[in-house]
Formats: sequence, structure tokens, C-alpha cells
Amino acid sequence: MNLVIDIGIVLFKALVVITALLTLTALLSWVERKQSAVMQDRVGPNRANILGFRVFGLFHIIADAVKMIMKEDYVVPGANRFLHSLAPFLSLTMPLIVFCAIPFGDTLNILGKVIPLQVVNINAGLLFILAIGSLSAYGAVLGGISSNNNYALLGGLRAMAQTISYEVVLGPALLGVIIVFNSLDLNEIVRAQGELIFGWIPKWGIVVQPLAFLIFLVAAMAETKRAPFDIPEGESEIIGYFVEYSGMKFGMFFLGEFAEVGVAAALLTTFFFGGWQVPFLAADGFSFPWGASLALPHLAVAGIQVAAFVVKLFALCFFLLLIRWTLPRFRYDQLIGLGWKKLLPLSIINVLVTVAVLEAIK
Amino acid sequence: MKVRQKENLTLLERIYIFEVAKGMLVTLRHFCKNLVFFRRVPTIQYPDVVRAYPERWRYVHRLKYREDGTPRCVACFMCATACPAKCIRIVAADYGDSPEHAWKEKYPDQFEINELRCIFCGLCVEACPLDAIAMDTGRVSIAAMARGDVIFGKESLLQK
Repeated sequence: MNLVIDIGIVLFKALVVITALLTLTALLSWVERKQSAVMQDRVGPNRANILGFRVFGLFHIIADAVKMIMKEDYVVPGANRFLHSLAPFLSLTMPLIVFCAIPFGDTLNILGKVIPLQVVNINAGLLFILAIGSLSAYGAVLGGISSNNNYALLGGLRAMAQTISYEVVLGPALLGVIIVFNSLDLNEIVRAQGELIFGWIPKWGIVVQPLAFLIFLVAAMAETKRAPFDIPEGESEIIGYFVEYSGMKFGMFFLGEFAEVGVAAALLTTFFFGGWQVPFLAADGFSFPWGASLALPHLAVAGIQVAAFVVKLFALCFFLLLIRWTLPRFRYDQLIGLGWKKLLPLSIINVLVTVAVLEAIK
Repeated sequence: MKVRQKENLTLLERIYIFEVAKGMLVTLRHFCKNLVFFRRVPTIQYPDVVRAYPERWRYVHRLKYREDGTPRCVACFMCATACPAKCIRIVAADYGDSPEHAWKEKYPDQFEINELRCIFCGLCVEACPLDAIAMDTGRVSIAAMARGDVIFGKESLLQK
């Protein structure tokens, strides 16, 4: 009986997280268009309406979905049908799976049950994230290879070169974080970020590992394959790996890209912005460094923590979109040079400096 | 790949992060400004709001009538000759000896303007010796679902 309840709880959590991420993904497709419009002194999508209500163009999400689903799904003659269908599937599902390992809150105690607010609690969650996250690159590569189109193939090759280059950087950038927080468990990393330095600075990853944050930010942006790293697709000029896709398969590539933005924001939150931690909030309420304290019930604390995670996630998504609409695309040699000649040595130096400082403190 | 490097970059510009931050401040400033003063965006919501056109704007053509209700056009082919896009087709006809058209000789049996070919230069209006063709309908959009709908015949040209 206990087992059934446990399985039910895990399934429910998975359902909630996947629904939330898909909603976030759909929302991001609207935010991207509206935010870029507002940044560029335009109005942005505002025509779709239901009974005359426009709600700042939010119904364009529904209109886009209907359009994508109703369109013809065409597979080019000579394409590998199986791989052609597998590619968009991979690029959408892998970010969803990554999200399952991310803690969005501390434990929740209800009716004598301790429920960790995380779909699966893997003790090497960081490695799991890196492994699964790199699988989503297969979506782009397979999409390019299976399309029977030379331009798509070249796009896939560019995607492969880019993702492999920056995948190499992701690991060493996170090594510093692992060393400082002394764990591979994502929830442990977040818990460790609740401590305070000098009694008042929260020990968030961005405070103790600022260089690792910058490197991880750049590498994670390159992994999402969006501007300024959109060499694999380059919608506007160079032809990308999904030229030969139409209908909902193209839509899945599209959604996968936004899901990756959500995942990148979630990872940045978890590693560098304290995850669900709110400064000075402990399990029994706020206790400020100047002596004041505010006792809160358990449910309120858990609610505040989940809300803090969501707020940080949205803020980082906004930040990533802001970068995407500010910077022009890198040239190909700049992209590869940045990854191999600058970020990789910097991340290794960061690891060495971190170790040296930690030894000196000890 | 051979790339010409700009030589006069300072170290801060080479590090690039500060330049990125500066650029993002610009976009962020526009974002905040437009979020607060969202009515100041210069966009005109076209089909709902139509900008005022200049007085002498060349709209879609029309053919004029005489005071007795017959078309002013005498099928002299001046407009068709002047047209650089060759979009006007006229088939002339004769009034004959009917007493009600005593002083009139020719009229256009067919008068077609292909609005898809027309470049809206207004030379036909200038060429017309009887001021029978005008471009003052106030209509600018000639979108249609079929090609035939935008090749205007005599009837639709005379309607306005």
C-alpha cells in the first residue's frame, strides 16, 4: 500500500513538473515575440483574439499550436523516415527529462509523509543532467542527417561541432561548483547555498564562483543553439538542420528550443542563484542578521521557497531572451575559438584557483 | 578563415563582457521605456487605423461620366499609349447615327485596367484629353482571391 502511494506521489510530481515546463515553453514562445517587440519599439503579436479579447496577444500561443498541428507533415523523398521522426522527439523530450532532476523546493511534510519537491532524487543528479542534456544535441544532428538535404546536413554538422565544443566546457565550469559545495546531489548543492558568508551574504554560487557562472552561462546559451550562438539554424540567413521539417515536427524543434531555455534557466538557478533558497529563510521562518526574526508555519515556508524558485526561473528566462535579442551572431571561427581557446582554459584555471583558495582557507 | 582584425580595440573592449553589458543596458532601457509608455510606440495599426494620405496620392483608377450619364471616354487610346506598363486594354465602338448621341462619335465597348500590372505612375491621367480617367477613388488596397478580380472592367471602373 505504501509503495502504491509512493509511486502515485512520484507520478503526480512528474505530471506537475512536465505540465509546468510545457506551459513555460508555450509561454516563452509568446514572451520571446512580445519582449523582442517591446525592446525594439514595436507592438508585437496582438491580432489573435477570442470574442474580441486580445490579452496582449496571448492567444497567439493557441493560434500557433492550431496552425502547427493542422499543417501538412511532409517527409522528403529519400529521407530516413524513422530518424526523421525521431529527431524532433529527442530534442523536445530530453530537456523535459533533465527537468525531472531539478529540485524546485525543499521537502514537504504532509500527514506524516516526507515528500522531496523534486521528481527523482538522484544522488549524482549533476552527472545525470550533463549526460541527458547532451543527448538533446542528437535531435539537431539526426535532423540534419536524415533529411536527405545537403544544407540540412551542413546545419547538423555545425550543430554537432558547436554542441560538442561547449559540452566540453560545461563540465569543468561545474567542477568549481562541485568542489565548493562538495556534492553531486542537486538538492545538497541547493541546501549548501542556504549558508551565509560573514553572517549576512548568502552563499550562492554566483558569489563564490562568479567566473564559473559566466562560463556556464555562455556554454548553456550555446547549448540552447539560440542567438548569439544560432549558427546551426540561423533562421534568417543560413539554412539550418530543420529545413525539411514542417507541421508539428518543426513545432517540436521549436518547442524543444524553448524547453532548453527553461532548462538552462533552471540549471543556472540551481547552481548559481540558490535554487529554492530565499536569503535568511530557514525551515522555521526568517531570521535576519540584524536580529529580527519571523516564525512561519512549514507550509508557508515551502510555498515561499517554490515561489522563489519560479521567480528566479522567470527572471533568468527573461535575461536569456534579453541576451538573445541584443547580441548579433558570432562568426563560426569566433564561436569555436571562444569555446576552445578562451572558455576551456578559463574554466580549468577557475578549478585550480578554487582548489588553491579552499586549501589556503583550510 | 582570414579575418582582418580591428587594431584600435582597448583591453576592456577585447574582454567583450563589458561591451555586452553596455549593449544590454541599451535594450533594457528601451524595454522599460516602452513598457511604461506603451502608447508612444510609433506603430500604426494598419487595417484599423489608416494614416492620412497626401492630397495628390494616386489611388485605384475610375472612369468619369458626362453630365448626361454617358462615359466621358472617347476611346482615343491616349492612355493606353502612354501607359509604360501596358496595362490598359480598350476596344472602341461607334455610336452610329442614333439621334440621342447626335454629337458623339466613339465610346469604349471594353475598357480594362490590369491593376496587377499597373505601376500607378499616373501617366494615363495626364494623357487623357477629356479628363475621363482619374485616380481619386481613395482605394489603395487591391488584394483579391483571384487574378480576374483585380483586372477591372468598364463596369467596375465606371461604378465609383
